[in-house]
Amino acid sequence: MSVQLWTYIFVGITFSLYIGIAIWSRASSTSEFYVAKGTVNPLTNGMATAADWMSAASFLSMAGLISFMGYDGAVYLMGWTGGYVLLALTLAPYLRKFGKFTVPDFIGDRYYSQIARTVAVICALIVSFTYVAGQMRGVGLVFSKFLEVDIFWGVIIGMAIVFMYAVLGGMKGITYTQVAQYCVLIFAFMVPAFFISAQLTGNPIPQLGFGSKLVDGSDMYLLDKLDQLHTELGFAAYTSGTKSMQDIFFITVALMVGTAGLPHVIVRFFTVPKVKDARISVGYALIFIAILYTTAPAIAVFSRTNLITTVNEQPYDQMPEWFTTWEETALLNWVDKNGDGRITYAPGQAIVGNPEINRTNGEIVRGEYGEVTLLNPLTSTENELYVDRDIMVLANPEIAGLPNWVAALVAAGGLAAALSTAAGLLLVISTSVSHDLIKKQFNPEISDKKELLYARIAAGCAVLVAGYFGINPPGFVAEVVAIAFGLAAASFFPAIILGIFYKKMNREGAVAGMIVGLLFTLAYIGFFKLLYPEYNTPAYWWFGISPEGIGTFGMLINLIVSLAVGMIFPDPPEEVQEMVESIRYPRA
Amino acid sequence: MNNHNLKEYWAINIRYVLILISIWFIVSYGFGILLAPMLNDIQIGGFKLGFWFAQQGSIYVFVILIFVYVYLMNKLDIRFGVQEVEEGP
Repeated sequence: MSVQLWTYIFVGITFSLYIGIAIWSRASSTSEFYVAKGTVNPLTNGMATAADWMSAASFLSMAGLISFMGYDGAVYLMGWTGGYVLLALTLAPYLRKFGKFTVPDFIGDRYYSQIARTVAVICALIVSFTYVAGQMRGVGLVFSKFLEVDIFWGVIIGMAIVFMYAVLGGMKGITYTQVAQYCVLIFAFMVPAFFISAQLTGNPIPQLGFGSKLVDGSDMYLLDKLDQLHTELGFAAYTSGTKSMQDIFFITVALMVGTAGLPHVIVRFFTVPKVKDARISVGYALIFIAILYTTAPAIAVFSRTNLITTVNEQPYDQMPEWFTTWEETALLNWVDKNGDGRITYAPGQAIVGNPEINRTNGEIVRGEYGEVTLLNPLTSTENELYVDRDIMVLANPEIAGLPNWVAALVAAGGLAAALSTAAGLLLVISTSVSHDLIKKQFNPEISDKKELLYARIAAGCAVLVAGYFGINPPGFVAEVVAIAFGLAAASFFPAIILGIFYKKMNREGAVAGMIVGLLFTLAYIGFFKLLYPEYNTPAYWWFGISPEGIGTFGMLINLIVSLAVGMIFPDPPEEVQEMVESIRYPRA
Repeated sequence: MNNHNLKEYWAINIRYVLILISIWFIVSYGFGILLAPMLNDIQIGGFKLGFWFAQQGSIYVFVILIFVYVYLMNKLDIRFGVQEVEEGP
């Protein structure tokens, strides 16, 4: 059977499963819609959190990114897992004891201020919208690559599915579909990894395989071999990387703290029954996440080695079939700069911009050796190969010569990862509108039924907006993901931490800190990513910190401003201090 | 539960958090980033140690730290009698 037929089968089965869960788990009250009534089993919640957290980026792009970054890829591996330690030790148990529905709820009550609540709602909305657009795009991409469905229809189908279970079931529907989605995505991620690890190193466990010796008879360790290949081709050694140490440090902090401050992650810990459950649930979540996150760097090494040994200095006409299939999707392209018919792989870009295939009357124009020709101007580097990062996961099964059903599984896994994250974000958006804005600000007298209706309408509208951005992505979608983490780090995290651990923290300090941290981070990222991308080089960065890492700086500014401004104004009222006291103890 | 005891509970909790966060910091930022070039001189199997901490070891340590904290706090809750009452389903 063809990959496409297998993909239809897998996508069909998994989507029916999600719809089935949606129908079974309709929410009937706001408490059910917002936090699944707080009755989710901690293990279930851990699995749902893992799916919530691991997005299309984790599933499709991360291993590929790491394979091009080498050691530097550690910023994502540590950055997107280390935040869970902060969550378990400093946030989740206390927020569970607080026992409301949303992060703005906590900020608003703790800082006895509607302004604080509003600032928190704005942060939550900005963070979630930037993030959800990318997910819808991921759904569209998988559909178009594997099923040859137009991106437009791919996004529409994805929207329809998310709409069903998010709007009907709210948190309850989302939780149980996320559990199913976790199983699909982890299975889809691990199967190719086991195969490839065994093929290359004889050890099927990828975490051990990439520290083992190759089975090609060379008696060399895989990583030593890859370092050697890199050095021969003129790249930096794979295990040492190229970013400056302070940049690595700052990016890792920003991602960790950002993770711990992301509302769609935090809110998952409102759904378990007890404080004790919230603590252990973070632990389960991190185990489920770690399975993928410790495998990704192994896949990165396997696919990087496979790619280099397959293509470098080999004649184009001897390339395997997958090379030519992916050429036509403009994800893998070759330009014969030196006219020798062989593929030369070297540092630097091969072409200017993303590949644009040269066509006349819809037919691809082929070059001397039958290769797909491009319209792009060539660069002056020796490199003749364009490789899209996403291909490392998408094409992995084909590169390793695995059966067709494995490749199809990857498509179903990518969809599961994108849909589960999208649903979690849409819930945050709808809760922010119906609960934090309508109920808490405009109409406190609203009935539960009405509030639930507004929550559903808000979720429905959010799906439409997300879908619009998925079909017409603003050119800077990839860039703004950095904003989501930077903003979460610079706004929520210090306000929540101070709110729990520093009883005397008052509203004036917290609001000033959040606003200054937010504006500073937005301005820095906006300057380098949107206004003046030509200056986005280490020479112009403050202290060598890239826009990806600036959230760390924003967080420090937030802390300092909060404490300084807080000293000028009076202590919070007695009942707020008592509330802070009470969330510190599981019972009391 | 009197106030004095609760203060002690909180002080012990803070101590646990500070110790575990220090380990968290030393392993990820210390071994994985700041000391990584030095640790890379040590090779265990096919792994250079600094590289291994940055891409594998730190993640394992994160998981362990959370479960250690859960264990310590569950014991502490019971010792100070602030554990939540088991309710029906």
